[in-house]
Amino acid sequence: MILEDTQISAATLDSKIPEGSLAEKWDKHKFNVKLVNPANKRKYDIIVVGTGLAGASAAATFGELGYNVKAFCFQDSPRRAHSIAAQGGINAAKNYQNDGDSIFRLFYDTIKGGDYRAREANVYRLAQVSVNIIDQCVAQGVPFAREYGGLLANRSFGGAQVSRTFYARGQTGQQLLLGAYSALNRQIAYGKVKMYPRTEMLDLVLVDGKARGIVVRNLVTGKVESHSAHAVVLATGGYGNVFFLSTNAMGSNATAAWRAHRKGAYFANPCFTQIHPTCIPVTGTHQSKLTLMSESLRNDGRVWVPKTREIAERLRKGEIAVADVAEADRDYFLERKYPAFGNLVPRDVASRNAKQACDDGRGVGTSGLAVYLDFADAIKRDGQAAIAAKYGNLFEMYQKITDENPYERPMRIYPAVHYTMGGLWVDYNLMTNVPGLYAAGECNFSDHGANRLGASALMQGLADGYFVLPYTIGDYLAKTPYDKISTEHPAFKEAENNVKALTDKLLSINGTRTVDDFHKALGSIMWEYCGMARNAEGLKFAKQEIRKLRDEFWQDVKVTGLNEELNQTLEKAHRVADFLELGELMVDDALHREESCGGHFREEYQTPENEALRDDENFAYVAAWEYTGAGNQPVLHKEELKFENVKLTQRSYK
Amino acid sequence: MAGNNPNAKPMNLTLRVWRQKNRTSPGQLVDYKANGISPDMSFLEMLDVVNEDLLRAGQDPIAFDHDCREGICGMCSLYINGRAHGPERGTTTCQLHMRHFSDGDTITIEPWRAAAFPVHKDLVVDRSAFDRIQQAGGYISVNTGGIPDANVIPIPKTVADKAFDAATCIGCGACVAACKNASAMLFVSAKVSQLAMLPQGKTERKTRVENMVAQMDLEGFGACTNTGACAAECPVGISLENINMLRREFISAKASSENV
Repeated sequence: MILEDTQISAATLDSKIPEGSLAEKWDKHKFNVKLVNPANKRKYDIIVVGTGLAGASAAATFGELGYNVKAFCFQDSPRRAHSIAAQGGINAAKNYQNDGDSIFRLFYDTIKGGDYRAREANVYRLAQVSVNIIDQCVAQGVPFAREYGGLLANRSFGGAQVSRTFYARGQTGQQLLLGAYSALNRQIAYGKVKMYPRTEMLDLVLVDGKARGIVVRNLVTGKVESHSAHAVVLATGGYGNVFFLSTNAMGSNATAAWRAHRKGAYFANPCFTQIHPTCIPVTGTHQSKLTLMSESLRNDGRVWVPKTREIAERLRKGEIAVADVAEADRDYFLERKYPAFGNLVPRDVASRNAKQACDDGRGVGTSGLAVYLDFADAIKRDGQAAIAAKYGNLFEMYQKITDENPYERPMRIYPAVHYTMGGLWVDYNLMTNVPGLYAAGECNFSDHGANRLGASALMQGLADGYFVLPYTIGDYLAKTPYDKISTEHPAFKEAENNVKALTDKLLSINGTRTVDDFHKALGSIMWEYCGMARNAEGLKFAKQEIRKLRDEFWQDVKVTGLNEELNQTLEKAHRVADFLELGELMVDDALHREESCGGHFREEYQTPENEALRDDENFAYVAAWEYTGAGNQPVLHKEELKFENVKLTQRSYK
Repeated sequence: MAGNNPNAKPMNLTLRVWRQKNRTSPGQLVDYKANGISPDMSFLEMLDVVNEDLLRAGQDPIAFDHDCREGICGMCSLYINGRAHGPERGTTTCQLHMRHFSDGDTITIEPWRAAAFPVHKDLVVDRSAFDRIQQAGGYISVNTGGIPDANVIPIPKTVADKAFDAATCIGCGACVAACKNASAMLFVSAKVSQLAMLPQGKTERKTRVENMVAQMDLEGFGACTNTGACAAECPVGISLENINMLRREFISAKASSENV
């Protein structure tokens, strides 16, 4: 439902999709965009915020092209961005396995996996450039897994019936990021990129309606500084940490994107969050983050719970061991319900089914909030050594955290917040509605619709940074005068003063509750009412609760120390202040979208078999929200999604 | 909510933590109580609990670096009871769990100690020297685009696997912290070996090793005296063989330098 005071913009958003057939659009567009002459590129400055796969690849490539780049990250080194933690792999339509893959099939799988809520033209382009990414990474020295013949190996991932996932054991994100980091380092050494680590963006600066710079805080000294440029790229990742507990890094935050939103950039589909099915379950209130067990494990692991509540209860109480549960008493529910895809159904489907099994009283582990991921059959079939070669580091990680040996007893897993499909709205050029402001990687909303398929995040981050932005940003810069803007400009001074005032306010409240306290409270509201399943009543309640919590935050938060020092509490306070606004927008978006699609499951809208029930007639659009002030209802802008190359059908993995 | 092991009892610990206001101030060890610590907590979650108590008491919490908390980003960096990343082999601080400690223990927590890693605050150190070493040559000079198909260059699986093993370095700096000379040889050798093994990296192998080693020396890291402490404490098992390879690469490069 749309809340009464929400305005809906009459104009539809222009996504600037080029003319022509799907397969020709990108090539034609690359020819039609304006170019900047090589000698003139050095007259343009570009700011890149974030140095994960999207940011590092973009910054490096801009530097190679000749632009002057300033890159920023809050970590102590660009190599630590959370892309590093991606485990399973990266998709590419190489068809090296001769198993029927093609650019169109990768496009089709991604559109379908996203439950028909992504833009066709963007997704097709993503599939097209996917093949270049693998070539690029190999040339950089990324040590992908190989077959004995020396050629690249592939494995399969959820939502696909071909093997198109390239991988480097369970550390693919690390290897790809280190590749992009090495390209970035080369440009830093050449002086084309200036790197600012331990620096956090706290505001976007607009001059004449265009993005012309940012205000940052040096996280070591506290100094607030401005940087000006001709264009600004945000590659700052997702906002999963709004839930407090997620598989994101502790520092992952939405502040750069949210401050840009406050300055006018629309935020699209914020309620589309991905709950990953295979994470290590929560052990207690001290829990600070959740750890993913790669989806690739579902290639060999079988997901099950006991057939009856009685057996599950005896397991939870420790009266019987897993090994005591007879084969006939096990319910391999994914294989039973989805024989075609089995354990490799997409993430949203796997997560929801795990939740249903636990809600049914058949969950395992002491909390009852876990299902088994069992490797016994795979080990019997292939031997322990073969399983260790594929997943060794994941098994080790599991054992370190749980103190249980997954070679001997099944893993216990439960869904956890992992990725956010929503993000800043961008057009085909990856530019937001604010001229000169771009968003790349997880930070934008563009390619995954309502559910992202496994091994597609790495693909999108690198596609945006290596192969899309370097073309599209040139088109904008070619139409932009060379003139630089001084950071003495009143717009910069005003933004700096606002940042300082906000910091002063946070430091002056001196209340009784810690930042983490508020963050955990927000997280539990979001998980309960805007998590794996949502309904109108719960969402309305959540909205009120978030508003109350936000008011309390601004009256009662306790932030110790000074601005002029390394102050991790202050850093968190800025981030949580933004999460407290973003959480409400997610709830607004979830409430207004009266259908179920992908990761957005509204209990009121489901098929008789409990699958997500889309409403293509009324909701085949991108919901892009405009900020109108904290506590005010945002304005809704719609971008209609046109499907000319795929037929909208009920997603079936049976 | 119960943990993995319902019989595990909470522990009371004493922490001796290095506190240092900033780079120029002197530091000291300060004692704190950590009570009611669950064995299922990670070491950093234990510090979270202590910091929440400090905050509620209006005191400055202990600053420490951490991010992914799954052992891969390399940000966490604590020297625990005289060992880089604590008592468990092959484990980063974030993956170290309190079940490896006992009720009543006193735990000493210090930052990495090395001249090339100055302390920013408390347990947070400046490891930008590592980035500068990588900038000196830890890459293959290819621009984006115009690359031939990835399968044009077959690479024997054994070579690819060995290169991968070297490439898994997380850049945490435990090798430097563990070394009595604060040498960065293991860190540098991991990248030199990875790229020297792969056909793509061979073109620049000589200039790479010379430039990276020169930068390493410039940053003030100590010399390697082959004690092997680095590899013993490396959380991801980077092998000493890489240092052997670096030496061979370095000698061969110096014998016929391509640096002009």
